[in-house]
Amino acid sequence: MALINLHVNGKNMSVDTETDTPLIYVLRNDFDFKGAKLGCALEQCGACMVLVDGEPTNSCVRAAAEFEGRQIETVESFGNPEKMSDIQQIFAEENVAQCGYCTAGIVCSVTSLFRKTKTPSDEQIKDTLNRHLCRCGSHSRILDAVYRIREVAIR
Amino acid sequence: MSKHSSLSNSPKISEWLDFSQEGELTLHTGKVDIGQRITTALALIAAEELSIPFDQISVRKTKTDVDPNEGYTAGSFSMQHSGYAIKKATATARKIFTQKAAEKLNISEDKLEVSDGQIRAKGTNQSLTYWELMSDVNLEIDVDEDVQTKNTSDYSIQNKKHIAKGMAEIMTGKYQFLQDLKFENMLHARIVRPPHYHCELEKLDPDVISRLEKENIFVIRDGSFLAVAAKQEYKAVKAARRISLAAKWKVEKQLSEENIYSQLTANRKDRFFVEKGCVPSTTREIPELTTMNEDEHITVNAVYQKPYHMHASIGPSAGCAHFDGQSLQVWTHNQGVYPLRAAITEAFDMSKENVSVQFIPGAGVYGHNGADDAAFDAVIIARHIPKYSILLKWTRDDENSWEPYGSAMHCEIQASINKKGKISSWSHETYADTFLTRPITGKKPATRMLSSHYLENALPWPVAEPMMVPHGGIHRNMEMLYEMPEPRLVKNRVYDLPLRTSALRTLGAYGNVFANESMINELAERANIDPFTFRLNHLKDERAINVLKKLQQVMEKDTPEDEQMGKGIGFARYKNSAAYCAIGVSLTVTEAAEVLLHHAYIVCDAGEIVDLEGVRAQLEGGFIQAASWTLYEQVLYERDGIVSRDWDTYPIITFDNIPKMHTYLIENPGKPYLGAGEGAAGPAAAAISNALKDATGLSLRKMPFNSDTIMEAALEG
Repeated sequence: MALINLHVNGKNMSVDTETDTPLIYVLRNDFDFKGAKLGCALEQCGACMVLVDGEPTNSCVRAAAEFEGRQIETVESFGNPEKMSDIQQIFAEENVAQCGYCTAGIVCSVTSLFRKTKTPSDEQIKDTLNRHLCRCGSHSRILDAVYRIREVAIR
Repeated sequence: MSKHSSLSNSPKISEWLDFSQEGELTLHTGKVDIGQRITTALALIAAEELSIPFDQISVRKTKTDVDPNEGYTAGSFSMQHSGYAIKKATATARKIFTQKAAEKLNISEDKLEVSDGQIRAKGTNQSLTYWELMSDVNLEIDVDEDVQTKNTSDYSIQNKKHIAKGMAEIMTGKYQFLQDLKFENMLHARIVRPPHYHCELEKLDPDVISRLEKENIFVIRDGSFLAVAAKQEYKAVKAARRISLAAKWKVEKQLSEENIYSQLTANRKDRFFVEKGCVPSTTREIPELTTMNEDEHITVNAVYQKPYHMHASIGPSAGCAHFDGQSLQVWTHNQGVYPLRAAITEAFDMSKENVSVQFIPGAGVYGHNGADDAAFDAVIIARHIPKYSILLKWTRDDENSWEPYGSAMHCEIQASINKKGKISSWSHETYADTFLTRPITGKKPATRMLSSHYLENALPWPVAEPMMVPHGGIHRNMEMLYEMPEPRLVKNRVYDLPLRTSALRTLGAYGNVFANESMINELAERANIDPFTFRLNHLKDERAINVLKKLQQVMEKDTPEDEQMGKGIGFARYKNSAAYCAIGVSLTVTEAAEVLLHHAYIVCDAGEIVDLEGVRAQLEGGFIQAASWTLYEQVLYERDGIVSRDWDTYPIITFDNIPKMHTYLIENPGKPYLGAGEGAAGPAAAAISNALKDATGLSLRKMPFNSDTIMEAALEG
């Protein structure tokens, strides 16, 4: 056990846990940020995606201790049901989710993409989304919503 | 008594509607929201019929003894069952409330109008709300199925774009999934499974157990069932790995590696002639397969095959249970809380009064995946360690290697056309394992639970009887809507196959429609008639004709001409009783023999549309999931167990091969709801195979259509 200090969603937080505990368990169980989901625990599906120093990062394998001193953002930091971020709002308006299990991770990746550029190419969009799997077949709606976000961002 | 299954079980208005919270209507339903938006659709029906704003209506998550028993949320039946019941219940309630308001306001009923949850006297400022009238009306009366429902021309809520219930919570990480449950005194649990089905626990090093117990980790052993539970989730994850390394298993037999399609035709089987109405006959003999005279007819023979598929939910199954020594509470994301309770009470000899089961959403299930089993596993653990809440999560490996798959299928079709280009004979023999090993109340449900076969008092693996209902599992959608002489349809329910199977979205319909609609195209080609005209020449059903004509129109209008582009179509009415769905696809094949999807055209008649976006999402999602099955998926296994244990060994479709969707719904206000959740899958597979034929000249009849099978087909010519 060791005390691990993390910077999550703008706050310093600490937890006494085993040093090899992957980040996702700390975020979900110790800090109560349940947005990131356990999917494969193999960094294959993207359900656990969070942002680390602004970059989409799988949280299911690497130990929380590795992220000390880094800025971690989870989906909860972008908005809440009463006041969503522009990206969350458009995703909701376009009804992109079916079961919703993969969605929070995708919101993280898309948020990071649009922070870097307001005019991502189709290729950049697909590269970003390709780190995520969806089983309900919501892909076309997610893609359409991202294209709409891009249109709005240009205007 | 009502002939309607849901209303005969739960006839009273009060069993469906609850006005007890001021300004809110709570709907009770036995159907669960697994991402198909049934809660949104039910709320929209109630909002329309009662003129209550959509956001003032909430829908309960089904719980035993509190909500109606509507069996399983399955078969695209939710709108026909719960949708119909809520429609009639709300219409009856509206009538009762309006009568009471007229009496109170001392005015005739035709001078009343309803909006925003208020019943108003027209042209006055007098009004009463449902909640003000609540104490004066009796909702403990039967739903009137002959009640006058709202005139469709007065609809203002249904068939419009609405944001689904829960969508904002999903976007912001606030939607509560079963995997997110948190209780005081909760333990996280993991299972340790054997290498494959046919294994028994031989030895478990007691030193490992005692070391784990010193670390405050519970080790649960019951026969060959092994699990661990710990306060910290990652401790449970690591403990499961340690147990896994320490456990020695005795292998009783290995999985058969013989070609699955050979097994499907050669193994022991029950054979049935499938009669008109797509119902297997217990009396009619199966006629000999004869071939039409060559001078007058062209005959085509083809074999279509699909491998085992997984539900492959993105979130592995989970279950939660709490046992206080007498009563048991269970939380599950399965599709039927009542049958699950029946399995639990039978397995542990408990009375149903002592067991409550509540639905909490998980990741999409798409049929009978690991959800029931995970809940059952949580119960076993909770009974071993009472007074703790047990949150059990399966791993990706558990899910992929233990869920009940959708059966492999082998379809042999022989069909002929005459000189007029009309179908003159049709024989279809379909071979598959069972599509129904869900627990069923009253039919030894405990034996259907995975871990029941590994406990100290192990139950034998059940052998599911053939489903004899119209469009049951294996023979679903064998019968087509096309006019032809009586077809020779044969269902082969095959036994002794290597993998565990059960209900996967559409059951046998996906394989049968793929085979039927591929053969229809092969016949059209021999007849030298375009695929639309050939189909239309064999149809009398107006609604079927309409969806096909609409598809033809939109494909002609939209598709850009491209030499390399292959186009194909597929059509079916799911179970010949749910939604009509015609699908068109355009695609190209790369030099590396990979299929690139460009456009998908979906035309659907689902009767009256309630939740426009929900129907569209189900169709589009159904298309994409079926495209994934068709192009990429097969469960790989060898004698020592399942090989497809992660997303590298069980690849599914990704964002770089998603076609542009063009979805069109035929509007039919006032017509009965026709379930749309499963209608797209079969036609999608056929449209892809027919487009591949158009693009490459190859008849692809064995899934998945990945570069290996396309290359193989090309070499075979």
